[in-house]
Amino acid sequence: MADSPPAIATHNPDLQHHFATMEQQTEAAVMGMWVFLITEIMFFGGMFAGYMIYRFMYYQAWLEGSQHMDFWWGTINTVVLLCSSLTMAAAVRATQLGLRKSTVTLLGITILFGLAFLGIKAIEYYGHIVTDHQFPGPGFRFEGANPSQVEMFFSFYFAMTGFHALHMLIGVGLVAFIAYHAWKGRYGAHYYTPVENVGLYWHFVDIIWIYLYPLFYLISHIHRK
Amino acid sequence: MFSNTFPLWPTRASTLSGQVDALFIFLLMLCGLVCISIFIAIVVFAIRYRRRPGHRATQIEGSNAVEFTWTTIPAGIFVIIFVWGAYIYFQERTPPKDSMDVYTVAKQWMWKFQHTEGQREINELHVPIGRDVRVIMTSQDVIHSFYVPAFRIKQDVLPGRYTIAWFHATRAGTYHLFCAEYCGTNHSGMIGDVVVMEPAQFQTWLSGGQPMGSLSQQGQGLFQSLGCSTCHRLDTQGRGPNLMGVFGKPVLLEDGRTVTADENYVRESILSPAAKVVSGFKPIMPTFQGIVSEEQLNALVAYVKSLSAQPTGAGQTPTFRGPAGAKADTRQR
Amino acid sequence: MATTAVATPERENYLNKEYGITSWLFTTDHKRIALLYLITITFFFFIGGFFALLIRLELLTPEGDLLLADTYNKMFTMHGQVMIFFFLIPAVPAVLGNFLIPIMIGAKDLAFPRINLLSWYLLAIGGCLMIYTILSGGVDTGWTFYTPLSTHFLDTHVIAAALAIFIAGFSSILTGLNFIVTIHRMRAPGMTWARLPLFVWANYATSIIQVLGTPVLAITLMMVAMERIFNLGIFNPQLGGDPLLFQHLFWFYSHPAVYIMILPGMGVVSEIVTCFSHKRIFGYKAMALAVIAIAVLGFLVWAHHMFVAGISLYAAMVFSLLSYFVAVPSAIKVFNWTSTMFKGSVSYATPMLYAFGFIGLFTMGGLTGLFLAALGIDVHVTDTYFVVAHFHYIMVGGMVMAYLGGMHFWWPKISGRMYPEFWGRLAAMIIFIGFNLTFFPQFVLGYLGMPRRYWQYSPEFQVLNVLSTAGATILAVGYLLPMVYFLWSMRYGKPAPDNPWNAAGLEWKISSPPSTFNFDETPIVTWEAYNYDEIPQEVPVGR
Repeated sequence: MADSPPAIATHNPDLQHHFATMEQQTEAAVMGMWVFLITEIMFFGGMFAGYMIYRFMYYQAWLEGSQHMDFWWGTINTVVLLCSSLTMAAAVRATQLGLRKSTVTLLGITILFGLAFLGIKAIEYYGHIVTDHQFPGPGFRFEGANPSQVEMFFSFYFAMTGFHALHMLIGVGLVAFIAYHAWKGRYGAHYYTPVENVGLYWHFVDIIWIYLYPLFYLISHIHRK
Repeated sequence: MFSNTFPLWPTRASTLSGQVDALFIFLLMLCGLVCISIFIAIVVFAIRYRRRPGHRATQIEGSNAVEFTWTTIPAGIFVIIFVWGAYIYFQERTPPKDSMDVYTVAKQWMWKFQHTEGQREINELHVPIGRDVRVIMTSQDVIHSFYVPAFRIKQDVLPGRYTIAWFHATRAGTYHLFCAEYCGTNHSGMIGDVVVMEPAQFQTWLSGGQPMGSLSQQGQGLFQSLGCSTCHRLDTQGRGPNLMGVFGKPVLLEDGRTVTADENYVRESILSPAAKVVSGFKPIMPTFQGIVSEEQLNALVAYVKSLSAQPTGAGQTPTFRGPAGAKADTRQR
Repeated sequence: MATTAVATPERENYLNKEYGITSWLFTTDHKRIALLYLITITFFFFIGGFFALLIRLELLTPEGDLLLADTYNKMFTMHGQVMIFFFLIPAVPAVLGNFLIPIMIGAKDLAFPRINLLSWYLLAIGGCLMIYTILSGGVDTGWTFYTPLSTHFLDTHVIAAALAIFIAGFSSILTGLNFIVTIHRMRAPGMTWARLPLFVWANYATSIIQVLGTPVLAITLMMVAMERIFNLGIFNPQLGGDPLLFQHLFWFYSHPAVYIMILPGMGVVSEIVTCFSHKRIFGYKAMALAVIAIAVLGFLVWAHHMFVAGISLYAAMVFSLLSYFVAVPSAIKVFNWTSTMFKGSVSYATPMLYAFGFIGLFTMGGLTGLFLAALGIDVHVTDTYFVVAHFHYIMVGGMVMAYLGGMHFWWPKISGRMYPEFWGRLAAMIIFIGFNLTFFPQFVLGYLGMPRRYWQYSPEFQVLNVLSTAGATILAVGYLLPMVYFLWSMRYGKPAPDNPWNAAGLEWKISSPPSTFNFDETPIVTWEAYNYDEIPQEVPVGR
């Protein structure tokens, strides 16, 4: 007749009531994050599909547009993100080992890398939009052949890197949230699923950039000084 | 079928109508049979095996053999239907070679037709019985769709490119033309008539006097007045490719691709000349986007076509040829 | 809640455990969330239905004389958007699935109860945005948002509508995510995949589609919005864009979406047919594989909506052939349901009447899909009322009947009350008759050549349109009846026993209504699904 949950002998305080064991809860949480990341792949996938189609149709314009990317900023950003994934992975490991201070430090560095990425992106966007008038729409200006096709290139550039940056921003917020709770001692060897999940999200956003970088910055790139 | 006030079957007025109807009737009978069989089975089972005292259900797990059977047999029937439908569609999408062309421009919310002889019509299309007619269509704004139920044909009309439909009318009469792709406020008012006439009557209608000349003549006029002939000379090799005999042939492009010079190619070459540059030429042709209207584009396409035309039926005679002995540029293969 | 005539105090259950609006709005109990969804989708069903009524009233006469053309265009647009995104897609998964899936697998809740609540909030927020769109003038793009009409040629609330659907889409994605993880990870001991009720299998397949397909719609709608705001040109030929790209992206989701709508209904029908034949399903494995096959194949056929759109002849042929393949598993299901009744013990309670209706009407609708997949015929009937009739047969004749059947079947479990059986059967029959009268004439109209989305039409189509409108009014009456008597039953209905139908399934082993945590003890499952050989059968249930 009772409708309170059955008592469990040794009860991890982080065990939610509808799960039978911590193991079940952890597996469910991680699986949930993976399924979510698959939806994100499909979300970006639509834009990648559009990019592929127009690149096939307007290759010259894509080539041209890529020449106008900031090769060095893009490369630095790639390195920054790769490093941030390293610190993120290390932070997850530190949590598993119960190293609270290291965890917080590593998460903090990850945030800094993330902010650096966003800052560099802001610099790039400023250059493209304000200095070079490359934002699509009535204000777009381009000297050269096929301006409307190059405009299409920039449409995809801003849409895809824009959504990526939005995901980065959300990621920075999530890492900050985790960092705060880690500092409060919330996580340890007994419970680190949120850190692991945020780590998964962070790596995913990084991988999206790994695809965006060559697709936009490295099309038959001729290095210019 | 019964009367005009309460029809149950659309009129058949083209060579394809009968074929489409035949497949439709076959499917009606097949699906009717399947439906009725299932309904009867359900009714019979529901009554015969109704719940009553003393009657117990027999637990049946299933049967792989049965599953296999009713998987493969429907699949086989479906493939037959697919082939039949694809065969009809192949014909629908393959206009015969020497069709009579009509250029169509759809816009919110009307249909504009340009016959090659020069006649223009709005919301009405006169065609003769017994000829293959090809409509070469584009839209000035949004997507429309050219639908003549009596001919059983439909083709979306897109902005920015040509799409093609064709028919061969078999019955004189006036038939509905409907726009079949939602296009805004007056979508349901974007309708017209296809008037199919006996050949003699059609000739009479045709010769109703066209001050502007045939469509290709109009195109020739534009070709001169827009300055195309400056670079695309028909007597010698100019800065642009010689267009004599080009239409319908493969063209080798600068980037190594080979494309066929069809209506869409000519249109694109006028509006986005740098998109497909012919091998051996520089991308110096200016774009005419915004300078020519859709109707003018149609006239130019008709003119370029006429430079390749073999003598055919009415309205196809090209009006200009280069001096005897002029050859097409050998770089176009 | 009302007490029974006998003065026993009411047992504590999920409904009476807590009172007050906050206990509902902040609940994490999957059963309460299911009821929140029930209220939301019923509300939107009536809004969408109201638009439908206006459409059918306008179509009584060939001239456009009831509404302005623009208003009519808004009516069919918003009828489609509301019905698809705010009723059909959530209906069975978010109401019945939410309520039943944890119980059916022996769990206390879904894997992520708070995300479940978030899903409902997202639907509600998207819904509010949709209401705002409607009240502030509406949108008239057609539910398909084709470009460049929607991006460059309309000045109605396109972005608001797109955003509303975008938000509702995330509701759908999160529900799917929740179901997938729940079904994988939360099954009770002994509840193997091969012992799952087919309702669970059907929702699992649905969830896969929701998770993979909906994000593509999301990004496509985003691109439409960005196109409008920034004048980008991705879909505008004048700027080098391709309107067909929109169609490919849109249909890549929207075709699988129709399977999101129908698969849960098929799951419901499997539960009902087995119970009211008192017999295990014929071909359990085939049925489970069929729903997975439909989900997978459903992703491969999207361009059958584009046969006349300007795609290449050869692409069209490929998509036509694949469309025939996706029809095969659906056919298998119909055969298996029918075979389940063979040598069963068939009773005609209201849920079973809806199941009969589903099988008949889904078969008709599905068979007309064969017509549409035939390229030569599709050229003639696409964009006409033939297509409208086809999808209404499946979505209304199929899905809505399955939903109502499921609501009647599980109502005793959900509410603890029996609905009045006479009115249930009467409503089912009224709906069946009204439905056929509404939509069968539309097949004829379509083949005759009446295009869809027409505010005014050629006079020879009038008789059939009048028949259709007459049917719609009958259908409306049929839909109002359950609203009334379900509400009535919550106060005056007979209290329901735990298992009024002598049905198999874990949900029938617990009390009606269930307690908050479903099970007193985690069940240990040692029996196969649909173990009707072990369940005593009684003489006809209901009146």
